[in-house]
Amino acid sequence: MEPITDGAMLSPWEPGVFSLVLFGLLVLAFIGFQLFIAHWVGERKESREKSRVYESGVIPTGTARLQFPVPFYMVAIFFLLFDVEGVFIFAWAVVFRDLGWTGWFQMVFFIIVLLVGLAYIWVKGGLDWRESHRPK
Amino acid sequence: MLTWMAGFFLLMTKLGLVLGFLLFMAAYLVWVERKFLARLQIRYGPNRAGKYGLLQPLADVVKMLTKEDTIPEGADRPIFMVAPAVVAFTAFMMFAVIPFGRDLTLWGKPIPLVVTDLNIGLLFVFAMSSLGVYGVALGGWASNSKYGLLGGIRGAAQMISYELSLGLSLVPIIMLAGSFSLVDIVEAQASYPFILVQPLAFLIFLISAMAETKRIPFDLPEAENELIAGYHTEYSGMRFGLFFLGEYVHMQVFAGLLTVLFLGGWHGPVLPPMVWFFIKVAGIALLMIWVRGTLPRLRYDQLMALGWKVLLPLSLLNIMVTGAIVLI
Repeated sequence: MEPITDGAMLSPWEPGVFSLVLFGLLVLAFIGFQLFIAHWVGERKESREKSRVYESGVIPTGTARLQFPVPFYMVAIFFLLFDVEGVFIFAWAVVFRDLGWTGWFQMVFFIIVLLVGLAYIWVKGGLDWRESHRPK
Repeated sequence: MLTWMAGFFLLMTKLGLVLGFLLFMAAYLVWVERKFLARLQIRYGPNRAGKYGLLQPLADVVKMLTKEDTIPEGADRPIFMVAPAVVAFTAFMMFAVIPFGRDLTLWGKPIPLVVTDLNIGLLFVFAMSSLGVYGVALGGWASNSKYGLLGGIRGAAQMISYELSLGLSLVPIIMLAGSFSLVDIVEAQASYPFILVQPLAFLIFLISAMAETKRIPFDLPEAENELIAGYHTEYSGMRFGLFFLGEYVHMQVFAGLLTVLFLGGWHGPVLPPMVWFFIKVAGIALLMIWVRGTLPRLRYDQLMALGWKVLLPLSLLNIMVTGAIVLI
């Protein structure tokens, strides 16, 4: 696709950003309309029992804003690392024919470093979810 | 000015049709899923509303609209109310970059059958798919329910884990087509679909897509026999409906992506391009339902192990090998 020029920005004939924004507004309007209708025709009877949080019929105790297990946090960190590195791979993928073998060797080195990093967190138990496997 | 008005009118008609068709398909995908799944489990499925239960989706919509929209006590109200809309909105937006047919020509002007042909199309899909995680995580967190919290965290961890293999499995496709634009990727498959040269990438993407849409066997965020309904436990009425809608639109989007990236998009002999696109999308949707009827749910550590220890290294290796083969 050609870069969008200023004149074509608002052109309805081009499948560009204008079309995307309109589609987004249309989707937002639809969702808003649904929620409005639901608000309008929907039943509304407040009661103490109804607004209580569902916990299999047991009266809930304490807050639900609990601390959660560390592995979830670790996964988020690993994701950040690998996703940022994915960006470099994406940038290379578009032009890899032009870069040829030089680019390929550099990218293979990069990916091998990535794989070594993955192996490291694997060996260290960062990917283990069962208690028995986690290092004490 | 007049041509602009005519073009604007046509564009709005096209966008309205796309949205309407997505909604119609989402509604009837639910029906197909219930009916097909029922047959796989040797029962009838919905058969009361209309012939063969064909009016079931309509009845569901009426039911959801008229139900009370409850907000549990202690919930973070603004976040709780916005979260389902985030899921539905991002799912719809992802479809915007998927081309579903060859350009039509009306009065000498080409009408592209895609909402928007961004040159960063695939990156846009990943961005929207990442934003969708917010809806799940925040919706679960904001409802002040322990089941909701567990479902939300599980959902977030699962979706970001599979996002890696989802993205990296597509790098070979970008290398072959030399573009992020989905229109260009479809054009590049005029002679043969990419599934023939990238079967491994297809498998990785298919598995990741099923994990990303949180379908069985990857439906741990809403596993009903341990978490009631996971992140949408506390939702009712149309807000639950939006989560549901988002899920089925997501399913169509990923079926559409698989079609466009691996199965040659709208290319095909004899039949018109749009029909081919529809057939391929429907085929993948049926495959997803079939998988749901066949496989049991994974355990959480198995799910994470599959994503991190199998799919991620495989997709990285696939990139290196593809690069070498193309350069030779």
